[in-house]
Amino acid sequence: MNGPLLVIFPHPDDEAFSSAGTIIQHRQKGLPVTYVCLTLGEMGRNMGSPIFTTREELPKIRKHELEEACRMMGIEDLRMWGLRDKTVEFEDEAELAGRFRALIDEVKPETVISFYPGYAVHPDHEATARAVVRALQEMGETRPKFLGVAFDRRTEDELGQPHVIVDVTEESEQKKDALFAHRSQTEGLLRAIDNAENAHVMELLQRERFYHYPFS
Amino acid sequence: MFRVILSIGGTDVKAIQPDHIQHYLDNHVATPLFVHVETTNGAYATHNDPDFHNAGMFIRNAKIEYSIGQIKGNGPYRVGLKLDHGWLYVEGLTDYEMHEEQLLLAGHDRLGRLACALHIDIKPLPQGASEVENQ
Ligand SMILES: [Zn+2]
Repeated sequence: MNGPLLVIFPHPDDEAFSSAGTIIQHRQKGLPVTYVCLTLGEMGRNMGSPIFTTREELPKIRKHELEEACRMMGIEDLRMWGLRDKTVEFEDEAELAGRFRALIDEVKPETVISFYPGYAVHPDHEATARAVVRALQEMGETRPKFLGVAFDRRTEDELGQPHVIVDVTEESEQKKDALFAHRSQTEGLLRAIDNAENAHVMELLQRERFYHYPFS
Repeated sequence: MFRVILSIGGTDVKAIQPDHIQHYLDNHVATPLFVHVETTNGAYATHNDPDFHNAGMFIRNAKIEYSIGQIKGNGPYRVGLKLDHGWLYVEGLTDYEMHEEQLLLAGHDRLGRLACALHIDIKPLPQGASEVENQ
């Protein structure tokens, strides 16, 4: 990857889990990264134990966390689109794809990272993936490269091994910092990291997995 | 860590004091109000346990008026609002926060996860663009 990177996800923390190491590597090469985060994850459930926030305060906290995570990853171009968590699938898909297309025309990315449709679990993830793929599909041969994040249980059975595996072992401390920035969501995960108790979690810090999409 | 977050959010969530809530409800009879009502199991409940039946709902900034509003129970609490043409009912409420004309009621499980919420205000609750602008 030698050109601008465009990252599109619906929730603050989607980028940290799936792609923080890849983003950090990109920034270390001095390449621009634009991150469009569609919502503020304002419908998240974790209010802390003891309770430290409310449904109404959560968007402020998550916005602050998102900005901090972007600083950790070196992202200078963060765009928050202000859609509401859980409602992305009810937006007009063609309109959303059109907004993505305008964004691609502006940013001129070499690579786009987003979710892979059908294997992204959360309805907002799926809706984002469908609209991104739709925008790219319509671009024909001029489309940038696409790296799709898939984590449904069916993924490896149906899509096989990831097409691209980025070794982020050297960036794993920074990736941890980015995850930690989203602390309202990741506290439990960070405990698991500290105890090194979960092979899945350790894998997450060392390798980032992406799939290409079979555009027609 | 909690202190850091508190300083950002500035929230002051407390265990429900029924008298305090009842006082608010009495003061807002026959007043046009905006409500956020929600129940949730979390979006990943079924991903984490395929046998789990996920259910949830929210309605944000519905406009209501009620003629009777009461809080009942010994905790978790129930709130019922008698509307012009029906009812608004929420059960499982445990915590609250009040700022001027805004009342936030929430039900949390033992892990601090939101299970239900009822927010009431005389003006619309923040939404979309107003939430991404600097606050
Ligand atoms: Zn997400």
